[in-house]
Amino acid sequence: MMGLESYLAVAATLFVIGIFGLFLNRRNVIIILMSIELILLAVNINFVAFSSFLGDLQGQIFTLFVLTVAAAEAAVGLAILVCFFRNRGTIAVEDVNNMKG
Amino acid sequence: MATIAFYAFALGVILGGLFTVLSRNPVHSVLWLILAFLSSAGFFVLLGAEFVAMLMVIVYVGAVAVLFLFVVMMLDVDFAELRAEMGKGIPLALLIGVIILMELGMGIGVWQFSDRAQILRSAPVPDIADVPNTVAIGQLLYDRYLILFQLAGLILLVAMIGAILLTLRHRPGIKRQDVLAQMYRDPAKAMELKDVKPGQGL
Repeated sequence: MMGLESYLAVAATLFVIGIFGLFLNRRNVIIILMSIELILLAVNINFVAFSSFLGDLQGQIFTLFVLTVAAAEAAVGLAILVCFFRNRGTIAVEDVNNMKG
Repeated sequence: MATIAFYAFALGVILGGLFTVLSRNPVHSVLWLILAFLSSAGFFVLLGAEFVAMLMVIVYVGAVAVLFLFVVMMLDVDFAELRAEMGKGIPLALLIGVIILMELGMGIGVWQFSDRAQILRSAPVPDIADVPNTVAIGQLLYDRYLILFQLAGLILLVAMIGAILLTLRHRPGIKRQDVLAQMYRDPAKAMELKDVKPGQGL
């Protein structure tokens, strides 16, 4: 049986990989959305690890809500992406300045 | 056995995450993402949270990852061009990643449970022999967290309406089936009889 620290270390590594991905692929919005999913996954691992080692079910309940928000965010994000691609013909987000006055 | 499983799943999670970010082809990225999700579902099984593990497989692998796959394959994007500029961000990304990793490492190194942590639990896990994990979560979710559960449903509804509204479009110049026009056709208007003389035509 592994200790709580091992799970926390894996989750921390995954979180950092997610942040790394955000900065590495600043133009490709699909990879950015996937990096956000990785970050939320790391948070979920932390919640469930604490929930299991403390014997408190609340962490698992909160994981369900994080999961819901992650799914909604992915759906809306990809819809915006499809919409943007139809208008501009590219998904490079660095030159998104449509709303600049 | 549990230790070997832990290391296997940890390797899956970290490799999956790393290659999601580094992979050149976005389709491969999505597949690595699926590996990370499945490995974390394995983690949850190891931790005794079976319901969350199965939800992970159904929601993330079954819905979110497939949604990503659809979008990646549907959009005709020149990913090679986007990838060409990837090298520029590496120093900054490494710097920030190492800093955050060190901060998290310091936090994990000195962290410990409070003495009162056992008393302050708000929803202690019942004995697994009496109440299985899924039943315990259901009893808590439909009782104490009912409002939050309903609100989560509302969030999904809003996301669904938003996604449909954003992507729906009516393109002009496309022939569609007009059911009413088909139903109101009658033979008197649709057909005309001509008496054609032999050898002359119309």
